Amino acid sequence: MLHPITSAHFLVLSAALLLIGTIGVLTRRNMVVILMSIELILNAVNINLVTFSRHFGDVHGQIFAIFVITVAAAETAVGLGILIALFRNRETVLADEVDLLKW
Amino acid sequence: MADTILFYIFAAFVLGGGVLTVTRRNSVHSALWLIVSLLGTAGLFLLQQAEFLFAVQIVLYIGGVVLLILFVVMLVNLDETARLRQFNKAWWVALACAAVVGAELWYVLSRGLETLELAEAPPANAAVEGNTERLADVLFSEYLLPFEIASLLLLVAIVGSVVMAKKRI
Repeated sequence: MLHPITSAHFLVLSAALLLIGTIGVLTRRNMVVILMSIELILNAVNINLVTFSRHFGDVHGQIFAIFVITVAAAETAVGLGILIALFRNRETVLADEVDLLKW
Repeated sequence: MADTILFYIFAAFVLGGGVLTVTRRNSVHSALWLIVSLLGTAGLFLLQQAEFLFAVQIVLYIGGVVLLILFVVMLVNLDETARLRQFNKAWWVALACAAVVGAELWYVLSRGLETLELAEAPPANAAVEGNTERLADVLFSEYLLPFEIASLLLLVAIVGSVVMAKKRI
């Protein structure tokens, strides 16, 4: 009944996680949750990279995953810094209430 | 056989944690479910013999990124936000876009699975040297310049976040 796991299983899982993250980024108003959804998307990418790294027996994919994790950490730090500065100035963390540039 | 069962357990962690991260009202709950999702991803890395990335995932993502998010959630007062509407007015547009992307992904994946026949690859001389050694060999020879540039990026991110969080910019 249970088939052995192939690379395809991992690819489908990563596509599903990417979709969940995309829905989170597009629909939520709370910026903290939007940042978390971006982490989910980057995790889906990492699963894909590691899967192909193993599929082709080549470690280069895992090197790329390391760089993705590095950039994700930097992005989160800067994003949370912006969030704190925004909360100090506008008293809100809702993405659609920050509409100073909108007319 | 054990691999199959473990895969489905970790997949349930990843997807269940992801869905709950996106849908919870309280940001602290979201962050805690994000930890579950990231743990599942770490397990998937272990299943694919990426032991170094497994350790990096736990130490850097769960120990670093999620902890940072939790600190900010505690620092910023989100109690009022939790009582407000959580989703956009245009949520149906977003869901339609996501459905289109999902259909595209499913089309590409289903075509690829038929033609490529993605199968289990034999572990490439994993017994000769460990995953970490092979990674280090490639990272510090072929990818030395990107490695240094990444350190520069981290420096910029540190300075940037400190400047952003300062009282007077």
